[in-house]
Amino acid sequence: MKALKIVAGRVSVLDRDDVDTDQIIPKQFLKRIERTGFGQFLFFDWAREPGWELAQNPILVAGRNFGCGSSREHAAWALQDYGFEAIIAPSFADIFRSNCTKIGILPVVLDEAQCRAVAQAGEAEVDLDGQVVRWPGGAARFEIDPDVKHRLIHGLDDIALTLSHEDAIAAYERDRERRGPVTTAL
Amino acid sequence: MGAAHPKTLLDKIWEAHEIAPGLLYIDLHLVHEVTSPQAFEELRLGGRRVRRPDRTLATADHNVPTDGTPLAKRIRDELSREQVEMLERNCREFGIPLYSLGSEHQGIVHVIGPERGVTQPGMTIVCGDSHTATHGAFGALAFGVGTSEVAHVLATQCLVQTKPRSMRIRYEGELGFGVTAKDLILATIGKMGVAGAAGHVVEYAGRAIDALSMEGRMTICNMTIEGGGRAGMIAPDETTFAWLDGRAAAPSVIPEEWSLRSEPDARFDRELVIDAHAVSPMVTWGTTPAMVVPVTASVPQPKSSQEERALTYMDLEPGTPVQEIALDRVFIGSCTNSRIGDLRAAARMLDGRRVADGVYAMVVPGSQSVKAQAEREGLDEIFKRAGFDWRSAGCSMCLGMNPDVASPGERVASTSNRNFEGRQGRGARSHLVSPEMAAAAAIAGHFVDIRQRDT
Ligand code: SF4
Repeated sequence: MKALKIVAGRVSVLDRDDVDTDQIIPKQFLKRIERTGFGQFLFFDWAREPGWELAQNPILVAGRNFGCGSSREHAAWALQDYGFEAIIAPSFADIFRSNCTKIGILPVVLDEAQCRAVAQAGEAEVDLDGQVVRWPGGAARFEIDPDVKHRLIHGLDDIALTLSHEDAIAAYERDRERRGPVTTAL
Repeated sequence: MGAAHPKTLLDKIWEAHEIAPGLLYIDLHLVHEVTSPQAFEELRLGGRRVRRPDRTLATADHNVPTDGTPLAKRIRDELSREQVEMLERNCREFGIPLYSLGSEHQGIVHVIGPERGVTQPGMTIVCGDSHTATHGAFGALAFGVGTSEVAHVLATQCLVQTKPRSMRIRYEGELGFGVTAKDLILATIGKMGVAGAAGHVVEYAGRAIDALSMEGRMTICNMTIEGGGRAGMIAPDETTFAWLDGRAAAPSVIPEEWSLRSEPDARFDRELVIDAHAVSPMVTWGTTPAMVVPVTASVPQPKSSQEERALTYMDLEPGTPVQEIALDRVFIGSCTNSRIGDLRAAARMLDGRRVADGVYAMVVPGSQSVKAQAEREGLDEIFKRAGFDWRSAGCSMCLGMNPDVASPGERVASTSNRNFEGRQGRGARSHLVSPEMAAAAAIAGHFVDIRQRDT
């Protein structure tokens, strides 16, 4: 994962609430077995509606409960492939937010007025280290889990980090692991 | 501790599985073909193995044609075939047990876990699928994860997680005649909204929950994600133990640790109380599961631009009585409502009647074992005589990644969990209902209040 400290640039706006992952990347594209190339299918059906416009910028400002619905990481892959490195919204669905941070997209929660201000400004700078979003005419602090921040800033590999706890995992399996079920015995 | 901090069911399971702060041991990892290929690829690239194949179980479900195609290599759609064959190769290479096409145990991942008895009280369970919440019906902590996390669990058997907040939804009173678990959860989501439980693990409690079958409890927990919840759970009881008794992976004697519940004075971060007795059979009218009304109501006036958009997509006029909405298709299936109890309940609505002219109706059992059981009971004959298409196990029209899709503009009564735009086919209009309501609607050609029907 690429290290991520500052995302700066123009802002795209998707002013809809409860945008679900079925809209972000419809199911017919989940048949791909690659991890790349999903950007061209982003918002596939909506993109065919008259008046649709979503510029390829580093920052997306979205509505409430963004990314609800399925756990498909393809949604985060598609947004990243399209160019988004940070998404600002009043709230995110849990699994989607987690998926974003696993691949190096920064989800930022600001309140609705602040989101509107960033959308209107048209450009912004998201500073992960300082936990602040700045835009022409304003700035706002945002919260982020310190562990997630650490991983994102250093571009750390989750699996390697967890495997550094090998002793603790092995001890758990030896002393505390529950008996069964054993799937390989079925 | 103890008296000072009475624990919730979530606290207890969490504590029993926390290895280091924020690192959770996973007892069972369920895998399907759609969210796993890139995870196995990541393992290969990193030269890593699967840590615990014996805690992992895979099945093919999303891409599976439901016409009885016997082998992966016979799947006609090239990409679907490739995805299922890739799952077969990955499971072989990494030693993971798999129910693929041709297996008598193949089925929807959230149906087969409980059915084989691998879903048990007190466990931590994950799967690259948001409806993993289903397994919480057994008193497990079960939630959906993304593909990066699938790779992480395969490699480490652990998951990095901050502990979610706790929420209890307590139901007062009992469900009325003709009102099902599906109606209860739809009404609940209608009340709290699609993000109402965001960031929380929801424990469902109360007499209405105690009285439900395991099937009904699974329906409830399954749709927790539709209310934004991380996971749903129900304390295990005699109903749970009896249901697991005799299943392949279940122990012959019920372990004491299975008797798990929130302590009486345990504090939840949030509480919601709902009058179960006031719930009617429900029908969704819009494009989120929270856009829902009782079958006796009319399509509401839009209160936001989102609702206006939904009405346009659904091609509905505000003020139209729900029972006047005519249907083109009926789908009974999905991990929400495709277990034997669901099929029995739907079949009871059919006996001796025929699907209305112009309606195409299909039943898709959740697993091959559900299918076999239904056929032993003669349910297939009841469905077929009524004019239903009797299919083989898979996700089918719940999301249409397989040949089962609705056409643009078609109106569907569906027992699945999501009525999002395009979910069941581009331009398709989905109304979520219970299996009983779906069956009755198939006969009438429009929604009906099953409480008013003479049986
Ligand atoms: S039946 Fe539907 S919701 Fe359930 S796992 Fe399959 S696609 Fe997902």
